[in-house]
Amino acid sequence: MKRNDWFLAAGILAAAAILFCFQIFGNSGDQAVVSISVDGALYGTYSLEEDRTVKIDETNRLEISGGTVKMDWADCPDQVCVNHRSISRNGESIICLPNRVVVSIENGESGEVDGIAR
Amino acid sequence: MKNRAAYFGVFTALALIFSYVETLIPVNLGIQGAKLGLANLVTVTVLYKTDFKEALLLSVTRVVLAGFIFGNLFGILYSLAGAVLSLVVMNCLKPRSSLSVIGVSIAGGASHNLGQLIVAMIVVETYHVGYYLPVLLIAGVITGALIGIVCREALKRIRNITNV
Repeated sequence: MKRNDWFLAAGILAAAAILFCFQIFGNSGDQAVVSISVDGALYGTYSLEEDRTVKIDETNRLEISGGTVKMDWADCPDQVCVNHRSISRNGESIICLPNRVVVSIENGESGEVDGIAR
Repeated sequence: MKNRAAYFGVFTALALIFSYVETLIPVNLGIQGAKLGLANLVTVTVLYKTDFKEALLLSVTRVVLAGFIFGNLFGILYSLAGAVLSLVVMNCLKPRSSLSVIGVSIAGGASHNLGQLIVAMIVVETYHVGYYLPVLLIAGVITGALIGIVCREALKRIRNITNV
């Protein structure tokens, strides 16, 4: 094995390490947000860090508190979204079908599933 | 080149057998989807013993055949991209006297995984699979080094075969 072989291997490994560090660093910079869309169109995104209540088009009311999101009130008859447990993890969502409101978490901490076998 | 077809057949058969052997031994590197790539042993050897054209033809034949026998259509697509990219990279590095077979093989292993990931990005239409890149690069270096070491030994021993 020649000297330059080691350099090449070290170079690729270093590139991998840099990319890896970049990912970790880049990821921590992103804050978890909740994104709301109505009828397929983006209604707004809100930070999970900040406690607040969001009114969505007079039909739904969303409550963000302590890093979790809950549908507080909805004018629909079935109340499925209101009874949905609060969400906080990446990819989780609350959907109000009658009002076509989709609330989902982005960039949050990942869920508890370790992996999915295909 | 004498007996070109015969040698090509032998190498294709050998590469296919290696692909088969690989499905029998679950080499677990702790990374989902990472494989040792035993068949690349034949590819690298052929690249060194003959030329780029021959190695490319062999590689494509092997990937398509092995894909139909052991894998699926998407597997062929990924493997093809990886195989072609790694061959191009290896062919560019081969003339450099400062690099041995092992170094060339390491570059080939890393670029093989890179090519597959690029196709995966295009197919899945998301750059998120790119997060897998560092892991795959490291895996490529390790498997490439292993293949390179075996290849160096193999090349030493088949030095007598001149008209391949």
